[in-house]
Amino acid sequence: MTQLKSPEELDNYRQTLSSGRDANTPCIAICAGTGCLAYGAAEVIGAFKAEIEKQGLTAKVDTKGTGCPGYCEKGPVVVIYPEEICYLGVMPEDVPEIITQTIVGKKVVDRLVYSDPDSGEKAIHQADIPYYKQQKRFLLSSNTLIDSRSIDDYLLINGYSALSKALFQMTAEEVVEEVKKSKLRGRGGGGFPAGRKWEGSRDAPGEVKYVLVNADEGDPGAFMDRALLEGNPHSILEGLIIGGYAIGAHEGYVYVRQEYPLAVENINLAIEQAEEYGLLGKDILGSGFDFTVKVHQGAGAFVCGESTALMTALEGRAGEPRPKYVRSNVKGLWNRPSVLNNVETWANVPLIINRGADWFTQYGTEGSKGTKIFSLVGKITNTGLVEVPMGITLRDIIYKIGGGIPGGKKFKAIQTGGPSGGCIPETLLDLEVGFDELTEAGSMMGSGGMIVMDEDTCMVDMARYFIHFLSDESCGKCVPCREGLRQMDRILKKITEGRGEEGDTKTLEELSELAIDASLCALGKSAPNPLLSTLRYFKDEYEAHIKEKRCPALSCKELISYYIDPEKCRACRACMRKCPVDGISGGKNRIHVIDQEKCTSCGTCLDVCPPKFDAVVKYSGEPVPPPIPEEKRTIDRKKKK
Amino acid sequence: MSKKIHLQIDGRDIEAEEGMTVLEAAHSVGINIPTLCFHHELEPWGGCRLCMVELEFGDWTRRVVSCVYLVEEGLVVKTRSLKVDKTRKGILELLLAHAPDSPQLTALAEEYGADRNRFEQDASFCIHCGLCVRYCAEVAEKHALGFIDRGIRKEISFIPEIAAKECNDCKGCFPLCPTSYLQAAFVLVESLAFPSNGK
Amino acid sequence: MEAERIDQIIDEYQRTPDLLIQVLLAIQSEYNWLPKAALQRVGEKLQVPLSRILHIATFYNAFSLVPKGRHKVHVCMGTACHVRGAPRILDTVQDLTGIGAGETDLEFKFSLETVNCIGCCALGPVIDIDGKIHGNVSIRDTADILEQYD
Repeated sequence: MTQLKSPEELDNYRQTLSSGRDANTPCIAICAGTGCLAYGAAEVIGAFKAEIEKQGLTAKVDTKGTGCPGYCEKGPVVVIYPEEICYLGVMPEDVPEIITQTIVGKKVVDRLVYSDPDSGEKAIHQADIPYYKQQKRFLLSSNTLIDSRSIDDYLLINGYSALSKALFQMTAEEVVEEVKKSKLRGRGGGGFPAGRKWEGSRDAPGEVKYVLVNADEGDPGAFMDRALLEGNPHSILEGLIIGGYAIGAHEGYVYVRQEYPLAVENINLAIEQAEEYGLLGKDILGSGFDFTVKVHQGAGAFVCGESTALMTALEGRAGEPRPKYVRSNVKGLWNRPSVLNNVETWANVPLIINRGADWFTQYGTEGSKGTKIFSLVGKITNTGLVEVPMGITLRDIIYKIGGGIPGGKKFKAIQTGGPSGGCIPETLLDLEVGFDELTEAGSMMGSGGMIVMDEDTCMVDMARYFIHFLSDESCGKCVPCREGLRQMDRILKKITEGRGEEGDTKTLEELSELAIDASLCALGKSAPNPLLSTLRYFKDEYEAHIKEKRCPALSCKELISYYIDPEKCRACRACMRKCPVDGISGGKNRIHVIDQEKCTSCGTCLDVCPPKFDAVVKYSGEPVPPPIPEEKRTIDRKKKK
Repeated sequence: MSKKIHLQIDGRDIEAEEGMTVLEAAHSVGINIPTLCFHHELEPWGGCRLCMVELEFGDWTRRVVSCVYLVEEGLVVKTRSLKVDKTRKGILELLLAHAPDSPQLTALAEEYGADRNRFEQDASFCIHCGLCVRYCAEVAEKHALGFIDRGIRKEISFIPEIAAKECNDCKGCFPLCPTSYLQAAFVLVESLAFPSNGK
Repeated sequence: MEAERIDQIIDEYQRTPDLLIQVLLAIQSEYNWLPKAALQRVGEKLQVPLSRILHIATFYNAFSLVPKGRHKVHVCMGTACHVRGAPRILDTVQDLTGIGAGETDLEFKFSLETVNCIGCCALGPVIDIDGKIHGNVSIRDTADILEQYD
């Protein structure tokens, strides 16, 4: 492959590729993202290749492993082009039928398409599936169109045309202006206006500047960056090179979490390919602009997602944040001007350059333009990634796209913004999603994690979960964060174990204030958010734990007791066999009784009791009923129930 | 000849040099700001947060850590305020849970009304001021001890092979420790982990 | 652990201190732990004090200063997995393997770690064993999954 040395050569090459592809050739796109791979997508891909060969169709049908299409609940997901027929939950056994019926016979395999759980109505095409209908997938839709490991596929969807436009039709200043005009705000959590950040670096003194990709994605529950980086690595590279051109940086870094091995592999491959094609390196496309990119892996520390800590890690040190009194876009990596942006922010750049800031600002709200990818997970029917315009309500995301809460359970809260965010209750579900709106409600946008919780989730336990997480992930340098979290962790543990005392919530609030006011970095300053939001909206749960030693969600182990309802128990002995402490007495025809002294509240009996009996009950805040007398424990099976 | 910067600290007009921190500027004219992790021979660290001061911008205030905040022309600084004092009290109470008998902490506790029993006593009396680690790295340049781990598990740790060779002739860090945890840690590593003679 | 192999790994990277973490990741990946002799060699070649290397080796979750078992069991404790019952999965794995998080059993068969998000949030609860991801794990599945490994 000779390097492409001008925009014309790039266009010509794209033309050659395009004419070499027949738009009518069927293409089977199977999601090969980490999630679907866990479901067995690799075997499905193998099965397709084998069956196609078996039926002698290898020259006539393309198959490709693609990036994540987002509907993780129904993986492995297969989309068949050009019709865009979407099959869900495809297993290797289904493959021969798909080839025979759909590829050859041009008929749809009914049982594999989406079926509405209530009405049974089918949706054959990806765009008609309710999950996708409300979304605006400017970023994610490319994922199913390309083989993530093919630069040619990326070129075919107009890849690198934005770079060409920026380098040859725009000055660096014009690029910055366009990004400013788009009002693009950082998608990693801070929501800082990207254009302003770029401008600050552009204007900062210094010859050597850097552009950096934050692909650490440390927020637990968030995986949109993984989908973008694995699925379409070139889109991020293209955005990064444009950014480098805009601010005058010739070196870029991608800091990617080592917990994402496929993303690491794919971005490294993309860089190699781009270098081969002359889209990276010296004199890109003959423009005179030089730019190189290096990949650094993270080594497992949430704090390294914080911008100054990330830069410290890039310097080969432990990721301890630095004070931000002088902004890092002026003094960042190696004390030089550095623009650090999140993966999703970079992915938006080629779109903005190609379609213009005016196009971008059509979508979203006044304060939050464009689309955002959210990871909708937890107690929700349709888990996965959703890309929606800012301004959509939480209610629509949860019910229209997410399909509501499974198992007939009641919604309790949605947690956004990761460990820096907060829990939003039912009363605020009509909130229009945007940076400022979420912050006002006591949470924040964060990187886009949306964890849905139901009536079985204990909010005090959630606060404890986040504080504990942060006490482990804190770098430990400053007192308000390290020591504050240490004490908050202790107090919350006490409360969830039934040893909470009057004054505990006040102490938690004071420690929170100290951390917000005096911590060195954003991890410490935002650490109290989840706790404070649960205190704000779910104070009653704290009071129940502290005053009544009761967990309303029946979740905190030390506060619940298990009881077998003698009216329902049919003495099947399932729980007796599985009880790890041998704490259930009874036998064939003898009602089972839990020995409360031995019981460790592990919940196994509840798990194994057959649903048709449903005999195990949880109690909290009150003693279980006394055991029924021995004489009454025999079941007479001859009597009808 | 570096540029002169004019600022006001606690109502006093002060002339400082460009590149100085607010703490240095205050010290230069004898204004006291409490610190735990600051040492004139070491790079400013910003870990204890005790030297927090309040900056006034008209009606609006902002609190910053004075040992790392550089002086700016026209800055108005207050070294005490309700919020600053509350922060210092909070920090002291958290540290007293580790080292209630430290003379430095006790003296500061009295000034700020900090209650040594506010929080449950913690087993470790290290307050993570970092003076020992930083002294060994920056002044002694022996790197015989360092921090390990992170978050609430963070600790200082001697490297036995290096400490065995270097420490007994140096101990330059010993006088710096506000709680004597350092000395205790040294004794422990000396008795348990130093390579035996001849190695 | 041969000194030559360590030198080879170090030489694949430029011997600049900023690549310290990348070098350590490569050694960890090859040996499944960071032997002290390797750390000393890295310190010499990259001109970095051992104290800084040890801070890094203990600061970041990816590294281990003690040998690990043949099979690395990672139970995800991310928020989405937590909400779907990860703590009970962890309890079950601990009961079945006899080791706690951060430990390795005496036969060096399993090493158990908790991990703060693998990014498979839609499949929670998730267990990753040797890079293979098991999603939607129930308490009952756990025993079956562990039995696949010897």
